Amino acid sequence: MEKLIEIKNLTYTYEPDEEGQTGYTAVKNVSLDINKGEFVAVLGHNGSGKSTLAKLMNAIFEPTEGTVTVKGIPSVSEENGDRIRRIVGMVFQNPDNQIVATIVEDDVAFGPENLGVEPAEIRRRVDEALKTVNMYEHREREPHRLSGGQKQRVAIAGVLAMRTECMILDEPTAMLDPKGRQEVINTVLRLNKEQGMTVVLITHFMEEAVLADRVLIMDGGSVISQGTPREIFSKPGFLREHGLDVPQSTELCLELGIEDCVLTVDECVEKLSLMMGGAV
Amino acid sequence: MVKDITFGQYYPSKSALHNMDARMKLVLTFAMIVCIFLCHNFFSLGVMALFTVIAVIFSRVPVKMLLKSIKPVLVILIFTAVLNIFYTKGGETYFTLFNKISITEKGVNTAVFTMIRIVVLVVLSSLLTYTTTPTMLTDALERLLSPLKVFHIKVHTLAMMMTLALRFIPTLIEEIDRIMNAQKARGADLETGGLIKRAKALIPIFIPLMVSSFRRAYELAFAMTCRCYTGGDGRTRMKQMKLGYRDFIALLICLISLAGIIVLNRFFIKII
Repeated sequence: MEKLIEIKNLTYTYEPDEEGQTGYTAVKNVSLDINKGEFVAVLGHNGSGKSTLAKLMNAIFEPTEGTVTVKGIPSVSEENGDRIRRIVGMVFQNPDNQIVATIVEDDVAFGPENLGVEPAEIRRRVDEALKTVNMYEHREREPHRLSGGQKQRVAIAGVLAMRTECMILDEPTAMLDPKGRQEVINTVLRLNKEQGMTVVLITHFMEEAVLADRVLIMDGGSVISQGTPREIFSKPGFLREHGLDVPQSTELCLELGIEDCVLTVDECVEKLSLMMGGAV
Repeated sequence: MVKDITFGQYYPSKSALHNMDARMKLVLTFAMIVCIFLCHNFFSLGVMALFTVIAVIFSRVPVKMLLKSIKPVLVILIFTAVLNIFYTKGGETYFTLFNKISITEKGVNTAVFTMIRIVVLVVLSSLLTYTTTPTMLTDALERLLSPLKVFHIKVHTLAMMMTLALRFIPTLIEEIDRIMNAQKARGADLETGGLIKRAKALIPIFIPLMVSSFRRAYELAFAMTCRCYTGGDGRTRMKQMKLGYRDFIALLICLISLAGIIVLNRFFIKII
């Protein structure tokens, strides 16, 4: 499989603040690869270094030690950073703080405008991106009148219009209601499956991590475990030690003594109906 | 209250005036405001008034909305009219009170003239904001001022700052609302007391607002970097501004009005 992002022995320490305190090391000796077309979920409690890792992956921060290489481009200079950000786009947690323009379509156009794309081509990309996230009919509205989920989909469209190969989402659903969360996650999933977009989803919702191809668990700045969702969630004790939970349906089935690791509500229903003699 | 806020006072419509190039609208509005002050008699002022009426018709902005924009200047309007009536002397005297206060022909003329002038001024300038979104205005301003780049003035940066300010007005209003409620829940008293007491009560609202604004600015800077923003150089725009037939018709109408004003100024007696 083709590697898109290669991370080797990565350490990142924040600059010491003015009071002379030593800088905080948020990411410690992390090595991992993100493959092309993969859907990776990064889990970890607050302060585990997952957001810092995200900012290192698209060259907003430069590594203190170790290397981050995106398609062979090391993230070492301003110039390389700009090249990397054309490949790796990012969606942030707070939808309000990443929308730049006062009209939806202008905001989606912001990225391609910065890249110097021809006006007619920008128009085409903006329309396409808005249709992909089902926001086309809202293109002339003002962002502050949209719901959280809609704003987040506009932000995703903004990355799509830049035609990046990878999208990093840093807790995109943390500030949304359940409906908005569903809208955003469905959009991300569709992009990954239908368009082959590489997705790195940073989250603390287990139900979202279940959908990924691979799950990384972070704690104290290190990646302490990784594997398929089924491998990861079959160890509830280990997860709890690191301040994480397992999905509710998984927990229910474990409590009931069902041996196989159950991930989704549908699977859970199936197992339970089997247990009760196929009555459901 | 918060959700209803609109930027400026834009009135959405697809009228001829709305579809004009914002640059042309901006330039012509300024030119016509200057023209108001070129009028020296009722005939040339009539041309200006007629021009304004035509502009209003083509904008399809309801008259009610325009009256709303005149309301704030109503006090100034009455004030100047009263002063002009009593303090300008000349011509036939209509009315005298106690041999001191008198109303003369010139006074009445000046008062009426000034009032029409102010109304036309307000209506024309608010027509611009009714038919043009602030974003379009900022864009137009950026493009009109772009020759200033020669003098190393960062026009793009200024325009971007203005756009971002406009973008964040509703967000910050929402934030103020939230902070006020949070402080009220903690027992803050914002509504009673004298001026100084109430001004002091605002401190616990503005400090959190400042702090969160800085945090927002920091995050926004990250988000903009992520979308490859590196300043104005090498940037293209999705929406191109193009002068169309409407703009030239508008220009023509303005030139005809200007010609009318100059001619009528010469042929009739100067009042002001």
